[in-house]
Amino acid sequence: MKQALHIFKKEFSGYFISPIAYIVIAIFLVVTGWFFFTTFFLYNQASLRNFFSLLPLIFSFVIPAVTMRLFSEELNVGSYELLLTMPVTFQDVILGKFMACIAFIAAMLLPTVSYPILVSVMGDLDWGPVLGGYLGALLLGSAFAAVGLFASSLTRNQIVAFIVATAICFSLTLIDKMLFFLPQSLLGVMAYLGAGYHFQTISRGIIDSRDIIYFFSVAFVGLYAANLSMQEKY
Amino acid sequence: MIHIENLSKNYKDLQAVDQISFDINKGEILGLLGPNGAGKTTTLRMLTCFLKPTSGSIRVKDLTIANDDLAIKKLMGYLPESAPLYKDMLVYDYLEYIANIRGVEPDARLTHIKELAQLCGLTNVMHKPIDELSKGYKQRVGLAHAMMNDPEILVLDEPTSGLDPNQIVEIREIIRKIGKEKTIILSTHILSEAEATCDRIVIINRGKIVADGSTESLKQADGQATVLKVTLEDADRGAAEDKLRAVEGVEAVHIAENVQGGLDVKLTCDAKKATRHKVYACIKGTDWVLSEFVLETQTLETIFRNLTQEK
Repeated sequence: MKQALHIFKKEFSGYFISPIAYIVIAIFLVVTGWFFFTTFFLYNQASLRNFFSLLPLIFSFVIPAVTMRLFSEELNVGSYELLLTMPVTFQDVILGKFMACIAFIAAMLLPTVSYPILVSVMGDLDWGPVLGGYLGALLLGSAFAAVGLFASSLTRNQIVAFIVATAICFSLTLIDKMLFFLPQSLLGVMAYLGAGYHFQTISRGIIDSRDIIYFFSVAFVGLYAANLSMQEKY
Repeated sequence: MIHIENLSKNYKDLQAVDQISFDINKGEILGLLGPNGAGKTTTLRMLTCFLKPTSGSIRVKDLTIANDDLAIKKLMGYLPESAPLYKDMLVYDYLEYIANIRGVEPDARLTHIKELAQLCGLTNVMHKPIDELSKGYKQRVGLAHAMMNDPEILVLDEPTSGLDPNQIVEIREIIRKIGKEKTIILSTHILSEAEATCDRIVIINRGKIVADGSTESLKQADGQATVLKVTLEDADRGAAEDKLRAVEGVEAVHIAENVQGGLDVKLTCDAKKATRHKVYACIKGTDWVLSEFVLETQTLETIFRNLTQEK
């Protein structure tokens, strides 16, 4: 666990050494800010529902950009060899990198806290859904980060890692919007698999254990698959 | 200290390492020699617990790589070929990160990093990103990485590849300096390097051990026939050839005239001392002037070529 913390520290500060962190955060803020505020005054409602309903889609391509280099770069440069010949386990490495992703996502969401503050000045904002929304955003981010880590562990090419992760995250986001194509019997299962569906309930301020379990299981499956794919290589 | 037994590694259909066994003693500098693709790096990677062996076992002290890999990793320092480091980190940040993972005490960390920087000649580049360093400096950062935990066993994969002659000498000096207290295993395909730094040499070819011993013993073991180099003056070429060939134990005579008008004679003969005595007696019995009488030892190069070339 101590080793995982050292790796976390290195990976997290690594984001801010390279320009990647600033670019990703800037793009994220521009996109969410623009989509949210262009319609905000039309609806004339003091709520952040629109902001949160956009998040799964935006996360689907922003988070893969955050995670794509984590394993691919190490595999490409070969630094993985140095890392693994030090007294660390696969779990330490994966956990450290995963925590760095979550911390980065939190740092990325932090400036958007200004939105609810702004909105609460203009109208009577209900803080329950906002807190639920942020909790949901972190859970959703962690689940997608785990998927991204898995994609990154598959290949030494960062672009391939990005595309694979985006494809999986998009499918998870969109699956519950495609339900009308599916036969009746599959509806329940497929709706449960969709990340968008679980995120919506949580961002309405309803914290349901089923949703939390869902996000935790996606994260666990992603990390476990990453672990397997790394072990398979050596 | 290290006991390797029947170690094998297969990559899909390629057998990289094939049933090798050897022991490494405490305080030894062992050179692993072989042509490209012989399995040197694979062997070292298994030794450092990076690759899992297909079969066979490695024991370090009382630990086995199958069960106690974390404990073994703590004993070892490893410099992989071409030192793959994190490119955008500063040298100091990188060494600090390694010190953390290696569990260097926080109080001792700074002095320890400074000492290592001094030893590896890194003091002037501590504030630079690793990406901007030359190959030689990267190699030194890799060496500092390998020595961070003050390891009992140091594993170096081609530590001098791609360095200029001055840097090679420096790195060798560092290796010899550390080698006084530690067990070192290094791989190389540069023979003079192995000869200059190693106490013992293991030559592997196509995944198999073809020779194992000190440089001297390797030379002797291979030296079934030795070459005797003799320079004669005031001698007749034909007569010299006839006389020398008649000596018991001499297998071939090769004579060339040198620029001073003397004769350079190369005698291929068996390695017995008596044969050399007889050659000398033969020359003594004539009125030729003997100006040189040298036993040409087998160089490591010839041994290496004999052992590793396909026949």
